Amino acid sequence: MSDHDYRPKSKVGQWFNDRLPLLTLANHLTDYPTPKNLNYWWTFGGILTFCLITQIITGLTLAMHYIAHADMAFESVEHIMRDVNYGWLIRYIHANGASMFFLAVYIHIFRSLFYGSYKAPREIIWIIGIIIYLLMMAAAFMGYVLPWGQMSFWGATVITNLFSAIPLVGEGIVTWLWGGYSVDNPTLTRFFTLHYLIPFLILGLVVLHIWALHVPGNNNPIGIDIKKPSKDTVPFHPYIVIKDGFALLMFMIVFAFFVFYAPNILGHADNYIEANPMVTPAHIVPEWYLLPFYAILRSVPDKLLGVVAMLSAILILAVLPWLDTSKIRSAVFRPLYKQFYWILVADVLILGYMGAMPAEGLYLLIARVATAYYFLHFLVILPVLGFKEKTLPIPLSITEPVLGGSPNLAAARIKESKIE
Amino acid sequence: MNSYINYFKSKRDNNKSYFKCLKKKTKRRDFLFTATTAVGAVGAAAAVWPMVDQMNPDASVKALASTEVDVSSLKPGNTITVLWRGKPVFIRRRTKEEIDEARSVKMEDLIHPEKDEDRAKNPEWLVMLGVCTHLGCVPLNDKGDYKGWFCPCHGSHYDTSGRIRKGPAPLNMEVPKYEFVNANTIKIG
Repeated sequence: MSDHDYRPKSKVGQWFNDRLPLLTLANHLTDYPTPKNLNYWWTFGGILTFCLITQIITGLTLAMHYIAHADMAFESVEHIMRDVNYGWLIRYIHANGASMFFLAVYIHIFRSLFYGSYKAPREIIWIIGIIIYLLMMAAAFMGYVLPWGQMSFWGATVITNLFSAIPLVGEGIVTWLWGGYSVDNPTLTRFFTLHYLIPFLILGLVVLHIWALHVPGNNNPIGIDIKKPSKDTVPFHPYIVIKDGFALLMFMIVFAFFVFYAPNILGHADNYIEANPMVTPAHIVPEWYLLPFYAILRSVPDKLLGVVAMLSAILILAVLPWLDTSKIRSAVFRPLYKQFYWILVADVLILGYMGAMPAEGLYLLIARVATAYYFLHFLVILPVLGFKEKTLPIPLSITEPVLGGSPNLAAARIKESKIE
Repeated sequence: MNSYINYFKSKRDNNKSYFKCLKKKTKRRDFLFTATTAVGAVGAAAAVWPMVDQMNPDASVKALASTEVDVSSLKPGNTITVLWRGKPVFIRRRTKEEIDEARSVKMEDLIHPEKDEDRAKNPEWLVMLGVCTHLGCVPLNDKGDYKGWFCPCHGSHYDTSGRIRKGPAPLNMEVPKYEFVNANTIKIG
């Protein structure tokens, strides 16, 4: 990184920067050398930052009108929808924003899986990412409870009851989480507090995530280490800024479609019925982004083991850098891994579909097979593949495949070594 | 000359005791570090506990611990659901057949073996929390493979004694503490 010897041009800038090197940071962020072959799958980091900021801003404004009380929460949400100026817009952006956030984060995670971005030296970036993902799920779950509809209430009941599977202390923990003997007003107020807190924790972790990223620099579609800065890199500004900006615009079109044309399609009609502790809706389903894990929970016939399986399905991702024994990062050069990757994608989609269906008959059978395969992929296929797979030869630089075979290659190499 | 030698000897002895002293001092430091950390940890735990315990059920929640229900209008084969501590409680006046069925089940066939006699002291009346022991949904009346209750969330089947017979729930529906205040009134809690 060349920005360490950055010196502002103006006297005032120098005076300020000597006391707080914010300008050095700004210079680092603009000049940050980025692999020049990054494709559009790499734009989701920026899109996710946008999602987080959108959720925080719309959330703050909603909190000005929302009342966190079991008797008033449902009505206050209707008040936001009908009476508050643009309340409907802000709430629809916030509610659909959660779905868009997860859509983007799943693409971001699967991009990392395809190009091996989680491998050394980027394990810490990956683990921070998994923590962010867990916090996102917690925030989304608690946010869904706040409107105090039927799905809010019973979703909260089912999810908090997962803790009752813990031997001995389980019941005590659940009572403690509820602040009573069932999900009730104390539960609602504490969920509101935590729902307000978590986005700021995520914001802090995002700073660490990006910091950790800027130490080794971005991975890239061919997954090789590159020299920075060199012929293989471009400065973050303007090249990546423009590309990220364009991708963000495309993403916002999808976002706006949901907000303006199908604002309730990702929700459940049951949540427009006020919470009633006496009646459980016929079919309880979590939000779409939690369905694969819900399917895993239900496919295990034992209560404790079901909860353990569901949690391990998420936590197994944290040790992925050590489960994947292959030194080659990008699936482009791993013909077998590439196939298993797409099977995993299909497997997760199948799990998601099964999570939305009733847990019986053929659905249950398919969910069980898919659950077994999910763990097989991470615990058996990935470790073995690293030893057995015949990988394709990897290029020495990003420039090589473009100039490959031509006499320019040698010239380019010489030029590059001169630059260093 | 001798005095010089003595001088250096005493100097050396002084140094020896000085180093001894140093060694001792480090040990004393260790003790201070350990003691400070221990007291600090106890203090921190004492400060954290109120923050944790404030989330437990408060006095007003605990105060709503009992409910009295008039069951005089309940006919055999009917169930009413009342709210106790924010949870539904099923009160069922069972028919003769239901009682016979519940009492004829062999203990080996049960996932969570409990005698019907222990669950319903007065065989005609079954009082239990209407909460599925899987993940807390409210089971539906007169449904399922055992003519008792069926939980729509994850498919647990309960019999006419509220005992789990099939599905993911591990335990029978819980019988709360209750008593007949008089012939027509049940006090729950």
